[in-house]
Amino acid sequence: MEAASITGGDRGLLSRSPLARVPDRALRWGLTVLAALILALIVYFFIRLFDESRPAFEAQGVLSFVFEDNWNPSAGHYGALPLVVGTLITSTLALLIGVPVAVAAALYTSELAPRRFRGPLTILVELLAAVPSVVYGLWGIFYLAPKLHPAEVWFSETFSFIPFIGGGTVTIPNCFIAGLVLAIMILPIVSAISREVMSTVPPDHKEAALALGATRWEMIRLAILPYCRSGIVGGAMLGLGRAIGETIAVTILIGGSTQMVQNLFGQSNSLAAVIANEFGEAQGTHRSALFACGLVLFVLTLFVNGVARYFVVRAGRSSGPPRAEDHRAGAATAALVADTAAGA
Amino acid sequence: MSAQGTTSPLGRLAVSPGRRRKDRLARGAVLSATLLALVPLVLIVYYLLKKGLGAWSSDFFTTDPTGSTFFKNSDIGGVKSAILGTIEMVALASVIAVPIGIGVAIWLVEYGRSSWFANVVRFFVDVLTGVPSIVFGLFVFIVLIIGTGTTYAGWKGSVALSLLMLPVVVRSAEVILTLVPNGLRESALALGAPRWRVIGRIVLPTALPGMLTGVLLAVARAAGETAPLLFTAAYTKETTTNLSGFMNSLPVQIYNDVTSPTPRVVERAWGAALALVTLILLLNLIARLVSRRSRLA
Repeated sequence: MEAASITGGDRGLLSRSPLARVPDRALRWGLTVLAALILALIVYFFIRLFDESRPAFEAQGVLSFVFEDNWNPSAGHYGALPLVVGTLITSTLALLIGVPVAVAAALYTSELAPRRFRGPLTILVELLAAVPSVVYGLWGIFYLAPKLHPAEVWFSETFSFIPFIGGGTVTIPNCFIAGLVLAIMILPIVSAISREVMSTVPPDHKEAALALGATRWEMIRLAILPYCRSGIVGGAMLGLGRAIGETIAVTILIGGSTQMVQNLFGQSNSLAAVIANEFGEAQGTHRSALFACGLVLFVLTLFVNGVARYFVVRAGRSSGPPRAEDHRAGAATAALVADTAAGA
Repeated sequence: MSAQGTTSPLGRLAVSPGRRRKDRLARGAVLSATLLALVPLVLIVYYLLKKGLGAWSSDFFTTDPTGSTFFKNSDIGGVKSAILGTIEMVALASVIAVPIGIGVAIWLVEYGRSSWFANVVRFFVDVLTGVPSIVFGLFVFIVLIIGTGTTYAGWKGSVALSLLMLPVVVRSAEVILTLVPNGLRESALALGAPRWRVIGRIVLPTALPGMLTGVLLAVARAAGETAPLLFTAAYTKETTTNLSGFMNSLPVQIYNDVTSPTPRVVERAWGAALALVTLILLLNLIARLVSRRSRLA
């Protein structure tokens, strides 16, 4: 019917009346405005967050907010160093435990597993991403923490000569449990990105290694891991971003002490957890200090995710035989989509 | 074992025992790490079923939580208000996030393509993906609660959830839209159809099942979030359909119950957790089934 309206008038065959072009322009500009709105939203977001946290920065000083070890809202002290350290320790722990397991799972499901097990194994690992944060917290505090407590006590006593790790009191909610549960939570995303990157290794590379007499492990070490290094680093960084921003599971598991963390098996706090814990009854400068925690968290995750995306996109264009431009972009997009899907 | 003898013509090609041992060790390590990754899943599912099913009863889904936990056998109630609250808030969040998200994705694929502005938008959408969910809660608190001088409300929780869903919807819809063959667009344009018609009649119907998958995954993600709701929709015990009042939700109900010293309330948390995980897995399952029916990829 469209064709009829074109040939019907006394206009030329190819021209369309000015009126008929209106919906086209409207759609085009409407959608452009929508896209621009997202930009405006994030900029507005940042400005407002900064605005609301300014009283705390003015009262405490920006540097001293981040680097002073004294978080005592009732006395008006807002030195967030214990929270920053708690965030960094738990998320580093999550990386140390989670990344090797996630990469191994990705290697197994993409290279070593019998073909018919690959699909189901992948789905099982990704199911970990479907469990909500609060359920991890519930399971962690009522099952994992009590079960691991004797082992933690033994470990802490046996290695009491190592500062920070051993020697302290082992509490039930503690830093280590929070890190361990975070490791489980970042597993699916790190694994999904690693697997996605591993699938971009050209079969020629693998076959060449095998043809030269390499064993399967040597093939993995010589052909796959070097090719995927940048992508795996990117995946790990995305996992780090998740771990830093994770709130509810950490709030339940970390204990909530605002003292500087004394040992690995003691209570601590994190930037996200302190917001969840204290925001409900916070007023005035205290509330503003919690907004400032949110701002630090926002900037920190922004930085980590920026670096991560740089690595993942670079993995999409890593060395290897020349490939078509869209193919490269395809690999990177696939990896990033795996990320959003794993986040679901 | 077969290539043991050096007299065999293939002897030189055989892998030395040391290398073979290393290969076996490494493969064993990779396999055991993979199994290790599945241990938490098994444990979580096992405990959820064991404790959760124990808490489920006929009136678990039909009564509101009562909050009276002082006496040993007082009625603590179920999670009706939490389930309905989650459904209402996530539904409103989808109504906000899905049209905007798909609109932005259409713009990225059909108009923006690889212009610098489109790349900036992509970058910002990725930024949104990385923002911790509690920070969205703070943002909505600043704009809709401090900004308007009012208090918590269900629809404000929905706005926070929609911010969370937006990047997932945009990125997944964008990928599906790029998969629509260019031949389809070109043929429609060659027949004289205007651009908006091509998008509405050709591109969107082709991409629909695939986009639905992304939407369902986003909904599943939003349904499980606690942090953005804590300071936006808050907590209430009563079932309500009024989105401008306080509203309960499953994750917030669980979070509240976890911190309770009463074992029976903790049991209610397990029951609510099982209900929440079942809901999310169901959404994931439907998403997978829908994507299987998609004609693209």
